[in-house]
Amino acid sequence: MIAMLVFIARRLLMIVPILLGVVTVTFLVMQVLPGDPVLSLVGERYDEETLARLRTELGLDRPLPVRYAQYLGRVARLDLGRSFVTGRPVAASIAERFPRTALLAGSAMLIAVTGGVLAGVVASWRRFPWLGRILMAGSLVGVSIPVFWLGLLLIHIFALGLGLLPPSGFGGGSPRYLILPALTLSFASMASIARVTRAGFLDAEAEDFVRTARAKGLADRTVLGKHVLRNALIPVVTIVGTDFGSYLGGSVLTESIFGWPGLGRLVVQAILQRDFPVIQGAVLFMAVLFVLVNLLVDISYGLIDPRIRAGGERP
Amino acid sequence: MKIFGSAADRPPARGTRLRSGGGALFSRRRRGAGARLAGNTAALAGLVVLALIAAAVFLGGTVLPHAPLEIDLARALRPPSPSHPFGTDAFGRDVLARVLHGGRISLAVGFAARSISLVLGLLAGTLAGYFGGRADTLVMRLADVTFAFPTLLLLIAIMAVVAPGPAALCAALGAVGWAAMARLVRGQVLSARGREFVQAARAAGAGHLRIIARYILPQCVSPLVVVYTLGLGMTITAEASLSFLGLGLQPPAPSWGGMIAAGIPFMRTAPWLTFFPGLVLSATICALNLAGGGLRDVLDPRASLAAVVHGRVGRPPAARIDTKGAGA
Repeated sequence: MIAMLVFIARRLLMIVPILLGVVTVTFLVMQVLPGDPVLSLVGERYDEETLARLRTELGLDRPLPVRYAQYLGRVARLDLGRSFVTGRPVAASIAERFPRTALLAGSAMLIAVTGGVLAGVVASWRRFPWLGRILMAGSLVGVSIPVFWLGLLLIHIFALGLGLLPPSGFGGGSPRYLILPALTLSFASMASIARVTRAGFLDAEAEDFVRTARAKGLADRTVLGKHVLRNALIPVVTIVGTDFGSYLGGSVLTESIFGWPGLGRLVVQAILQRDFPVIQGAVLFMAVLFVLVNLLVDISYGLIDPRIRAGGERP
Repeated sequence: MKIFGSAADRPPARGTRLRSGGGALFSRRRRGAGARLAGNTAALAGLVVLALIAAAVFLGGTVLPHAPLEIDLARALRPPSPSHPFGTDAFGRDVLARVLHGGRISLAVGFAARSISLVLGLLAGTLAGYFGGRADTLVMRLADVTFAFPTLLLLIAIMAVVAPGPAALCAALGAVGWAAMARLVRGQVLSARGREFVQAARAAGAGHLRIIARYILPQCVSPLVVVYTLGLGMTITAEASLSFLGLGLQPPAPSWGGMIAAGIPFMRTAPWLTFFPGLVLSATICALNLAGGGLRDVLDPRASLAAVVHGRVGRPPAARIDTKGAGA
């Protein structure tokens, strides 16, 4: 128990410099790279007076280190600035949009884990090798196909062609509107989970403890459920953590295709309007979320596998 | 594994043979690599498809009767036909010509970006692994921060503020990919640094640069080839995603992602506008993943060691292929 607490405390300490680095990078990207936010704000026609006024308003006339310190202070107070376009606080927009993205990404994750594990288990059946081959070929396509093209294909088949589901929109969160975007977003992750599960099953089948379990006459179901599945699922936890980043990145593409009014759509609109504070705030928010999710994955790993708690790296 | 590790790694390419058995093992492994590649149907299929796409993209564009930017409103939005196998777009431009031309740019951007990542990763990884200490801490912390971002979002943040164009795109994609390369190089350098042939070179009076260039970096070649290829698919996907969002290559220049985005308003009336660019893009990435997975099976010393140990040269253990996600 104490070892576990120490392990968690150490992981918590480790993410502090990473979070600071993430904030610094989002700050630097928006400040140092060429391109004047004020110029893009006022557009083609501007006069020097307006420019100067805007610069003072945005604090752009102060030196870089001062702005950095101010930025850190504001981020610490969860103040992500205001939209150039609507003047609304960015944090408020994120708070409003995030639950919808969480709904989409959460559903996608659920589909990916159940579908992926199921497909992986089926693909590991030695009795039907052709089934495994088909599923593995499908999973290769799954990890290769770009998410935005997959979304368009699904819209074309299920919405425009068969007319089964609405092509886009939110529909107040009704499941009919959720199915296609969630499926789109889940596909790549489902494919990689299927691969890892299959590999885990095949590996575990070869382990001595599984052979022992079989030799002492345990039923197939007990061997699979108690010995094989538990060992095979550990890498799936890692995949869920690392793929969470592609859920967030993928949500930008998926939401823009399906007109899903979440965080990703907010980013796309901000890109079109060159609304830098919104882009910066949303990217920072999602990066921090990604870091925290991976922290949770690390901790859950420590719970599953005592060797990692003892200070080893996760396999 | 450690015991086997030194025997299965190949000795320095042109260095003095330190063990009498080293040369024999080296050549056996090489023959094994060739045989394994020939026996890996999936990897071969990937390489063939890749070669076909590359040939079509770089040669096909010169043979086609239509130019990618040639506008002819009289034949706008025509469905696929013998004269326009992929149909025409809203400006009457030939979609096939645009797909091939866009592919040329996509592949070029992909290779350029991967090469930038490779150079950055080699520099940072060698610095961290060979010299250690503060340089190591700094490089690895920077890598941690890079990994902390969802890649596409970091790319969006960068591309949103710079003037869009192929150069900026290559630089951004290349910069984002440095961390994985650096980690890999660092690991290889760390394990090579303590080996006998490096100690022998140092004892013989070789300088740091010479040791790194002649004895350590050759150890990184195989894993780097694998990571380069597997990352190429991801880089091309990222480029297409950015172009799809309007942050990559700018119209009217054809790019796969940009063409798909431009075809969305016509999905009901002219689905070929979104279908064909996406199909070729997906096929390219599929082929890259197959080829990369095959190369890993062939070049990864641990995989080849496993094959030797299990007496299954030519067909590495099935489970091994899948653990990292590619190769059917």
